[in-house]
Amino acid sequence: MIKSFKKRLAAIVTVGPTVLWLGAFLMIPLAYVIGISFLTKNAYGGVDFAPTVSNYISLFQSEYAKVFLDSLWLSLETTVICLLVGYPFAYIIANAPRKWKPVLVLLLMLPFWTNSLIRTYGWNTLLRTEGIINHVLQNLGLIEKPLEMLYTDGAVLLGMVYALLPFTVLPLHTSIEKLDKSLLEAADDLGASRLHVFTRVVLPLTMPGIFAGSIQTFIPSLGFFFISDMMGGAKTMYIGNLIKNQFLSARNWPLGAVLSIVLIVITLILMKLYTRVGSLEDMA
Amino acid sequence: MKKQRKVREFKPGSILYACLIYLFLYLPIFVVIAFSFNTSKMNITFEGFTFAWYGRMFENRQLMQSFVNTVIVAGASTILSVIIGTLCALGMYKFKFKLKKVISSSLYIPIVIPELVFAIALLIFFTSLNISMSMGTLIIAHVTFSMPFVVITVRARLAGFDKSIEEAARDLGANEFRTFWRVTLPMIFPGVISGGMLALTMSLDDVVVSFFTAGPESTTLPLKILGMVRKGVSPDVNALSTLMIIGTIVILLTSTLIQGRLEKKL
Repeated sequence: MIKSFKKRLAAIVTVGPTVLWLGAFLMIPLAYVIGISFLTKNAYGGVDFAPTVSNYISLFQSEYAKVFLDSLWLSLETTVICLLVGYPFAYIIANAPRKWKPVLVLLLMLPFWTNSLIRTYGWNTLLRTEGIINHVLQNLGLIEKPLEMLYTDGAVLLGMVYALLPFTVLPLHTSIEKLDKSLLEAADDLGASRLHVFTRVVLPLTMPGIFAGSIQTFIPSLGFFFISDMMGGAKTMYIGNLIKNQFLSARNWPLGAVLSIVLIVITLILMKLYTRVGSLEDMA
Repeated sequence: MKKQRKVREFKPGSILYACLIYLFLYLPIFVVIAFSFNTSKMNITFEGFTFAWYGRMFENRQLMQSFVNTVIVAGASTILSVIIGTLCALGMYKFKFKLKKVISSSLYIPIVIPELVFAIALLIFFTSLNISMSMGTLIIAHVTFSMPFVVITVRARLAGFDKSIEEAARDLGANEFRTFWRVTLPMIFPGVISGGMLALTMSLDDVVVSFFTAGPESTTLPLKILGMVRKGVSPDVNALSTLMIIGTIVILLTSTLIQGRLEKKL
């Protein structure tokens, strides 16, 4: 009895802080988001305790529909480009000579270790109308007038792909590395062409990595408001910026809460799809 | 046959492709660093080489304050996450209890939900409780998103742990505390370090959560830059960013090396 009491105490002391912390600073705040999404905003930018579902109905206004479509499209473009660019890259790293591999993975992680905003600011400097790329191109005589690169949708896409590429490559690399090389040789021996080996063996076997990489790219891309701010000059409104604005300039918290819930729902749907092919453990 | 294949996989085309991707990844970092040595006040063209901005940055008090804040938040949140997270991982490893499954899946919530949602959830929460944003709220926010990573990394380490070594220590007369300090902790230490590294990186890299949970007195360096970009950033910001980039890389490289050494020892 005493021993089990001692054990119970030890369990509470070790696991308790985490439970309390996540309860107080994660679960309860998320419950607040759900709660506030059913309240009414008042004229002072605050919230009145008048339950309503009107915030949810306002989602169906065409201006928000456009924001949603633009954001989902941008995230989809980002994910597809990251996969197309990242897959061969992950493949090369995974098949590199043994002594090079750790160095190559480390080189991939290094930029990751520096703040993403500072890196985006580097792109901002490069792409400016009076910036380095235009300067070089003009000096080489390739262009006469500077190109408008910064503050375009293309710049936002570049920033997104840049910020998220490592998130795509790492899971891809893990699953390509796990690939049983003897299967490739078997397919090769049985006379499959290189394309066939890739589409019928490599691709299906690395599907979990492709899914994990896509999700880890798609979900964060929905919330990166600072990239569209810095690279797109907030010209096109994306869901991240829309949510941010509800809490800063527009001061419509209930609407911001509803929009966040939409993000959570999108995330949950994607996770549900993902758990059919991979496990949660592969996400961390 | 086997060897031939390997040679084929690492051909010049692949090397060129990999180099281009690495160039893409490093280009903006090089630009930030290069312009910290520029004599011109505008980050547009490179006019001449100078170290002056590394001295001038100390005169910019707001900028220095934001840097100090970044370091304090990263340090405090890493230490807290490591302590709370390691305890949790140990508890979940040692004891059986009912809610274990619920706890271990709820650890994935902060990892999976978009940062922005988590950030505004904390904003709503703190504001409703009339808590004004400060260094405290910022540290709380950072611990919440980084601690699950510590728990998961340490648990992964514990999964390969040989229980009989602990039993041997107990049989040889070591008490529970001594066993933990001399046997368990050294065994899981590489996991604790990599968990701590993850926490540190996440804190230093964060923009979205800090944006909503930092007060006017507790802006971090990235937030400061975000506020300046539209009006133009002066090179002293580049100088400080360069120091931050180099500092982070040195710290993380050193801990990677230490971690590698420890793994080899065990």
